[in-house]
Amino acid sequence: MTAPHHSRARRWIITVVGHLVALLMFFPILWMVLTAFKAEIDAFTTPPELVFEPTLRSFRDVFARGDYGTFALNSIIAAVGSTAIALVVAIPAAYRLAFFPTARTQFTLLWMISTKMMPAVGVLLPVYIFFQWTGLLDQVVGLMMIYTLMNLPLAVWMLYTYFREIPYEMLEAARVDGAGLGSELRHILIPTAMPGVASTALLCTILAWNESFWSLQLMNVQGATLATFISSFKAAEGMFWAKMSAASVLAIGPIIAIGWLAQKQLVRGLTFGAVK
Amino acid sequence: MTPVGSSRPSWWLLTGPSVILLLIWMIGPLAGALYFSFVRKNLMNPRLSGFVWFDNYINLLLDPVFWTSILNTLVLVGSVLAITVVAGILLALLMSEEFPGRSFARLLAISPFFVMPVVAALVWKNMLMHPVYGILSWVQRSLGLPVTDWFQDYPMTAIILIISWEWTPFAMLVFLTSLQSMPEEQREAARLDGAGPLQMFYRIILPHLGQAIAAVLMIECIFFLSIYAEIFTTTSGGPGTATTNLVYVIYKRGFNEWNYGSASAGGIYAVILANIVAFFLIRLIARNMKNQETWK
Repeated sequence: MTAPHHSRARRWIITVVGHLVALLMFFPILWMVLTAFKAEIDAFTTPPELVFEPTLRSFRDVFARGDYGTFALNSIIAAVGSTAIALVVAIPAAYRLAFFPTARTQFTLLWMISTKMMPAVGVLLPVYIFFQWTGLLDQVVGLMMIYTLMNLPLAVWMLYTYFREIPYEMLEAARVDGAGLGSELRHILIPTAMPGVASTALLCTILAWNESFWSLQLMNVQGATLATFISSFKAAEGMFWAKMSAASVLAIGPIIAIGWLAQKQLVRGLTFGAVK
Repeated sequence: MTPVGSSRPSWWLLTGPSVILLLIWMIGPLAGALYFSFVRKNLMNPRLSGFVWFDNYINLLLDPVFWTSILNTLVLVGSVLAITVVAGILLALLMSEEFPGRSFARLLAISPFFVMPVVAALVWKNMLMHPVYGILSWVQRSLGLPVTDWFQDYPMTAIILIISWEWTPFAMLVFLTSLQSMPEEQREAARLDGAGPLQMFYRIILPHLGQAIAAVLMIECIFFLSIYAEIFTTTSGGPGTATTNLVYVIYKRGFNEWNYGSASAGGIYAVILANIVAFFLIRLIARNMKNQETWK
């Protein structure tokens, strides 16, 4: 053991370094938030301005664009809609796999996970052509379908692990008391698994919200999401940095908040249990 | 463990829908991609058609741009993997120490992972890496250093930095989880043996993190093989072909040159590449699942 004054110095250093490193990681986001509250003319200066008169102008400008609402709504429909459908399909599947395991259960789970490892670009053209045929191109419903399929394996897997944590005796006791499947679900499974279902929903929402390959390729105007909207600033060399930042803050703010809430459960969902 | 007094609920009713949906999602598009990869289909020249066997695959192999893109993909994936794993371990070690305000510092540090790739790319390209108005150029000027025009002179490095920033928090989060499951007695025993911090790291911590590192490498690899948005919003694959990865070549073949056959063959190459990694990842997951079963 080291001397107490030595370990106090160590603690000080770790506190300072810890916060500095965290701030450094967060800095690009912080800078974006600051820029969002600048007037366009203050956003584009050299040296960069740290002190400025904050204004909500850029946010007003973004909202004033008639189509902003459409982009935001499309993002919400695609992310929340796909999460809801994925949960509805995944909950019964996870229930069956977790509580009535057979010799095939593990294979089924692994196979589901493996479908998630297909690179999107490998199937870009067939999906694009299929969307063209069926008129789904530039329709947000099509994007919602893809996100549902994209998140389904993850949802089944995460729910499966949460269901497995429910003590089996609890279900047995309910069954001995003569509870049917319906009341078993209502009174035992859903209340005990609620935190797990919630974190599954949060993770699916984050992934669908931030997905940009399919939304950039398949959506254009009508079905365009916030990713498409923000990428439209890519040509605006320095002219609309404040507006771009305001739009970005609006697009990532809610999702960062959700991410903070779900941080502990993220690892379980994203590593498929490969890390304990 | 068999349920008492109740029959199993129907597999077809409960698990069936998920399995059938995923089966369609897996087979349908892949069959389509295989079909297009064996025919000549080019919207710029619609009269050409017919079954061409492996021509699309061979033509890609003979195309220098394809090889550049493979090389770029390897450089991109390899660099980001190395950076995120090393930085992730260091950050996880730092954030697993007890210090006042630690949970707040953790929240700040994981935030980049939740930033939409398009936003991350634009913020870095414009507000941080812009040669005149960017923060980095201002820092360089203040220190009396020459200013870097990132996307002109080091486009690949710039993209590597952006993606590393997005993914380091993920690695950190996984390693933090893994560190938490480390038995304290193990560290204590090593400390009693007189192990210094470095020895402790190499003898105790690194071996414990081994499996987590393998998992991070493979999961990230699968995501990094599909990097698109960051390139699309910053360099569009340029200058020249400096930042054109496999995904970007396929996208350009399909939607700039309208050569569906060639794009699909490229897509199948991408599927093969991802499946090599996926094979090992699935094996790791399967092993863990089995361990868990016996442990329960």
